[in-house]
Amino acid sequence: MLNDIQEFYSILPFIILGAGILISVLIEMYSSDSERILPWFSIIIFGIMGFYSLFTVGSVSVIMQNMLQTGGIPNIFHFIFNIGAAITCLLSVDYIKKYGVYFGEYYILIQISVLGMMCMAGAKDLFMIFLGLEIMSVSFYALAGLNRKRLNANEASLKYFLLGAFATGFTVYGIALIYGAAHSTSIDNITAQFPLLSGNLLFLAGVLLFFIGFSFKIAAFPFHMWVPDVYQGSATTIAGLFSTGGKAAAFSAIIASLSALFGGSLHTFLPYLAVISVLSMLFGSIVAIAQDNIKRMLAYSSIAHAGYLIIGLASGNHVGIAGVVFYLIAYTFMNLGAFGIVSLIEGNDETNLNINSYAGLYGKSPMLALLFAVFMFALAGIPPFAGFFGKYYIFISAVKSNLTWLAIIGVISSAISVYFYIRIVVLMFFKDSQSEFIVQHSNMGILAVFISFILVILFGIAPGSIINLISSFL
Amino acid sequence: METNQLLTYVLFTPLIGAMLLLVFQRENEQEIRVFGLAISIITFILALMIFAKFESLNPGFQFVHKISWISSLNISYHVGVDGLSMLLLLLTTFITPLTLLSSWKSINKKVKEFTFFMLLLEVGMIGVFISLDLFLFYVFWEAMLIPMYFIIGLWGGERRIYATVKFFLFTMFGSLLMLVAIIWLAVSAGGVIGHFTTDLVELYSVGPAAARNFQNWMFLAFTLSFAIKIPLFPLHTWLPDAHVEAPTAGSIILAAILLKMGTYGLLRFCLPLFPDAAITFAPYISVLAIIGIIYGALVAMVQKDMKKLVAYSSVSHLGFVVLGIFAMTQESIQGAVIQMVNHGLSTGALFFLVGVIYERTHTREISEYGGIAKIVPIFSASLLIASLSSIGLPGLNGFIGEFLILLGSFKSPVLNSWGFAVFAASGVIFAAVYLLWMYQRVIFGVVKNPKMEKLTDMNSREMVVFVSLLIFIVWIGVYPSTFLKVSDKSTARVILQVNTPPQQVIIK
Repeated sequence: MLNDIQEFYSILPFIILGAGILISVLIEMYSSDSERILPWFSIIIFGIMGFYSLFTVGSVSVIMQNMLQTGGIPNIFHFIFNIGAAITCLLSVDYIKKYGVYFGEYYILIQISVLGMMCMAGAKDLFMIFLGLEIMSVSFYALAGLNRKRLNANEASLKYFLLGAFATGFTVYGIALIYGAAHSTSIDNITAQFPLLSGNLLFLAGVLLFFIGFSFKIAAFPFHMWVPDVYQGSATTIAGLFSTGGKAAAFSAIIASLSALFGGSLHTFLPYLAVISVLSMLFGSIVAIAQDNIKRMLAYSSIAHAGYLIIGLASGNHVGIAGVVFYLIAYTFMNLGAFGIVSLIEGNDETNLNINSYAGLYGKSPMLALLFAVFMFALAGIPPFAGFFGKYYIFISAVKSNLTWLAIIGVISSAISVYFYIRIVVLMFFKDSQSEFIVQHSNMGILAVFISFILVILFGIAPGSIINLISSFL
Repeated sequence: METNQLLTYVLFTPLIGAMLLLVFQRENEQEIRVFGLAISIITFILALMIFAKFESLNPGFQFVHKISWISSLNISYHVGVDGLSMLLLLLTTFITPLTLLSSWKSINKKVKEFTFFMLLLEVGMIGVFISLDLFLFYVFWEAMLIPMYFIIGLWGGERRIYATVKFFLFTMFGSLLMLVAIIWLAVSAGGVIGHFTTDLVELYSVGPAAARNFQNWMFLAFTLSFAIKIPLFPLHTWLPDAHVEAPTAGSIILAAILLKMGTYGLLRFCLPLFPDAAITFAPYISVLAIIGIIYGALVAMVQKDMKKLVAYSSVSHLGFVVLGIFAMTQESIQGAVIQMVNHGLSTGALFFLVGVIYERTHTREISEYGGIAKIVPIFSASLLIASLSSIGLPGLNGFIGEFLILLGSFKSPVLNSWGFAVFAASGVIFAAVYLLWMYQRVIFGVVKNPKMEKLTDMNSREMVVFVSLLIFIVWIGVYPSTFLKVSDKSTARVILQVNTPPQQVIIK
């Protein structure tokens, strides 16, 4: 009985979110005022979940017949997903009116995708990962194409769907091969057999396919082709969610399955990880320089950031994993903040997305310009903002694993990326405005950006406690 | 007020000031200026209190304040001063109020932002000089780029965007490689100490025991970053652009303090942490320093723009400082330290005076001027004193530093050749040529430009700034031991650290 109650508490977040989704559907169906109620309902659900997961982070338990873990690292990811989604919803309140179409499904789909992410983060079984991945991805495909009257939204959705389905195919095939070799999909079981499996070609092929599938999801080179088009085609707030929640979820699944796939040693896969990390960093940073569309620029920057994160994985030590988790927290808030400001600047019908629209922004809206500058500096990895500490931690893990060369390429790529980040700052502060437009006022949007800003500063100045928290579960 | 927290007060006063500034109304420009000045003067007074209690006979770090910051990486907020940083801390807190005063009239748009960024810049500069943890040092070193970037970009001249982006990218590139070196050093030293650490005091004990090859790489990574900042030939190309385009206040800060961070870094990190590598590379770097001295001087000679001339003279003067550091004798390093302060005062004064005249005429072309001695006598006298101080006239500050550096490098066992001193000495002659020639063309002769007839002389505010600088220019020139004795023991410690006999190799 006690166990049941225990298990009930552990599963409560999933129940709350599941119930929330159902209630949202009902609200959408029966309330004439759903347009006003749904965003706030979602924000409240996400807020409760975010803080609940942080409060219960200490009570680690495995539930549902060894399928799902709650507490510990998964809960830290739950925090990222939920707070990230809450910020996205807050941004959307005014944004989707501007974007042209309102659907109640918008918020419901975000809720469903977060449920999928949470399943991935806590997975103790490869099928749980697959289940979560599909729940998340399918809602993402729908979200990308929500604005069905617009050509590029359709293109984004279709491209995302086709490539995403292809990637999922890789993952499932990988899981099948792993099952063939290990006769189990339970992560703990596979971990126990790892010494036997590590030389098994079938198993290695499975792991490789599994990882290739996830390379699509984390937007690593050379599996990045969908990223710029999808970010550009979908709503800005949704692109923000793709680049933060989606990426964090994919990394959470990799971290959850790490012990089974790599058994704590990445020797066989180090070349693969190192190569895609280097290519992602350099490709993302260099190509971003050539972008004129701010969303495409952020998309390439997101590819580069996937590269830094993979350094943490490639290091294969605890510092690296802790670094990845911390980096994802930092990255989520700085990138959501950046996308948030892009969504605030964006005019009706997807105007003002060219970087030249940002010229002279400081004159029009000093606060937005200052906040955007902070996010740009944070993304560039300049102290004292959160992005710097994330990079520092990941580079430490690389040096500890004798991968100093990877850290050196990392800093070279950072130096390149500084150029396109500060180009935006140059435009905002030092150039005069070329186009006359008025920044539409949105209190909710500014609040969301401001929350991100506070978190970026906070995690930059005082990263110690969160790092200690993450490290205590490794 | 507890003694060991004084440094923390000095560091955070400008930061709190900057935050308080945000509540001011943008329109109350005068109040904002007064507030900024008051905050920077309070900071200076706090720094003077530290100076008053500073024990110059103690070679170690004083006023040490250490609080754990990021415990899992053993990163702590660890600050302290020794003789080297004491002088630079005083210089920083002294120059900042003067720059605010100097830009009282010339900065008339976005005053609030200007004061805000100047105060943030001061936090960064103070932080760099007092940090005793490499991580903390790096945070200040990098964070300081942001306010400087805005100061050049928002209030600079025509090509300010080019200049500020170049400045940012150059420094950023160097410092990122230093970041990897810091991590590598901390990880390797961690293997010996038992835990990952970036604490400078702990690293001092193990750094010299590293293998030669390891030391060389570390030394090169750190030195590259510092050499860009100094700037050492051939990495100096960002400097003239940044100087010319920056507003007067930016130029003064850049010349007086920012460049010193590089030379300070060499003394604080490169020499004590990697002594074997430092000795190996000393002749090569000294050659670069001497090329810088001569090249900077020759290029300065042919400049048509006064500000550019002073900028290139900085390249030349900083060459002296680097030579002094790498000659590694007591005299030469003492000379280098005092020369850092001298350059801050003299070049600061020169940039200030160029700014004063530019505000009135809006031109810096030397050929536009001529014959203004009678029109603006006080300005002419001031410019003469500043130029002579920069040239190194005995009795003024520049002479002391250059003399000690030349003396030290002449008998340096590390460089082991008098050639270095001989070539470097030519820089002193060139300095006389380019500065006096500029002075002659600007001040003497006949008035060619009718605009100059209406020039007004320096007002009382500008006099206050110049006289404040003048006091120290003369003080150091006449009685340098007030300042030399502050750094004496710390310099001796650095030399001791460099000359420690090779220990058993414990790192790689």
